[in-house]
Amino acid sequence: MVMEIVCPAGTPASLRAAVTAGAHTVYCGFADETNARNFPGLNFDRAEMREGIGFAHAHGARVLVAINTFPRAGDEALWHRAVADAESCGADAVILADLGLLDHAARHHPGLRRHLSVQAAAANADALNFYAESFGVKRVVLPRVLSVPEIAAINAETAVETEVFVFGGLCVMAEGRCSLSSFATGRSPNMNGVCSPASHVAYHDAGGVLDARLGGYTIHRVGKDEPAPYPTLCKGCFSAGEKTGHLFEDPVSLNAEQLIPQLHKAGVTALKIEGRQRSRSYVAQVVRNFRAAVDALEAGKPLPEGMLARLSEGQAMTTGAYRKTWR
Amino acid sequence: MSPSPGQIPQCPAALAVPLRALPLAPLTLALTAFSRGIARRHPGLFRRLGDYGHTRFVLDPTDLPFVIELEPNGGAPRVRLTRGKGQGAARIAGPLAALLGLVHGAYDGDALFFSRDLVIEGDTSAALALRNAIDDSELDLAQEIARHCGPLQAPLHQLVARLERQSGVSLTRRDEALAW
Repeated sequence: MVMEIVCPAGTPASLRAAVTAGAHTVYCGFADETNARNFPGLNFDRAEMREGIGFAHAHGARVLVAINTFPRAGDEALWHRAVADAESCGADAVILADLGLLDHAARHHPGLRRHLSVQAAAANADALNFYAESFGVKRVVLPRVLSVPEIAAINAETAVETEVFVFGGLCVMAEGRCSLSSFATGRSPNMNGVCSPASHVAYHDAGGVLDARLGGYTIHRVGKDEPAPYPTLCKGCFSAGEKTGHLFEDPVSLNAEQLIPQLHKAGVTALKIEGRQRSRSYVAQVVRNFRAAVDALEAGKPLPEGMLARLSEGQAMTTGAYRKTWR
Repeated sequence: MSPSPGQIPQCPAALAVPLRALPLAPLTLALTAFSRGIARRHPGLFRRLGDYGHTRFVLDPTDLPFVIELEPNGGAPRVRLTRGKGQGAARIAGPLAALLGLVHGAYDGDALFFSRDLVIEGDTSAALALRNAIDDSELDLAQEIARHCGPLQAPLHQLVARLERQSGVSLTRRDEALAW
């Protein structure tokens, strides 16, 4: 069976680009705090979601709606409405993280397929099986902290489908447990849907030397011809004593393209591409690349050579935790 | 296709230098009228700007001797060409070819930022909103110009196609209809 390519769409135009480029499945979110890419100018209103899902279905693709932040006490209705609207728009599944919201969806929308977001940080078979038995979760997106053998061990002990990230921005923390952004900005991906919110980011270019500041703190300074990174604290360049360096992780993107055969052998169902904040150009290029790779795998041919470095943060790539070589 | 560093075409000085003598006032009027036509045909672009629908942006084609101040003005945009740095809440700067490539979906904004071909200053949130709104609008500037050309549309399209091939600059919307 062909591995499923699950592709991001931040806008209706990106959704169409993804489907046209060969995505089996597209994931997207509503334009509010219910999804973890709550950036200005991104995401879908209800009419756009309905239309986008219709377009995808007409072309044989599926749409998953990410409602993967954690409801604020007293404001749960916003998240409940999002689940109901995803169902009425015709979504093929919702991607949820919060236990309460999973319970709500299972009770009130039993016919709506439920996936577990990476934000829930379920990283062992017991956790996956608990979500499946308690809330009828059919698929779990695994956090980007597992090696390929660990993923194989999980799949050996569960019937739940697994989905893993293969390309895009790389979180070095277990997702759903990272509060770094909150320390500098007061806002986090878990609660507000934004890591390093743009409203708190400022760039200053002086003679080609680029400073990136987050919440007033300088977290990078790159020279004239150096690639620029995202302004996230986990990729920040810090000085301590006489040493200056990237404390958590270098500014690189995940690319596990060459590991697709091993991930297939490890029992992975779906390959997820990160980047709902990226353009339709990115979406089309990355989808074509990965669709060609999984089709080659299915046909027993060698994987094509990738051409994705220029799309990557820092214009450099890593296989992340899939092959663990920590400093 | 997103470029590798140093691959963005630059406007040749032989073209840019004469533009210094260009009278900006008539161009300002023409561009404002042009942008209002786009606003009528692509209202979603202005809806998507949300809180930034009245923000003034400075678009700085770094290889041309002027900058463009753009005020979406709630769907009745105003455009002003000016020499110098221009004034606005957010500045997006890069070679003209990079800015056109973003509009036409040929380049990815983050990739241009990583490669330092694009510089963002000021209100990052506003700049992101504009970039995302334009990316979603699937504009084709050559097509928008051709609307005003009556019987000259066909020769104009041929001319644009030839210029695009020769210059490597994205002058039309990238063809995304290449189905898998």
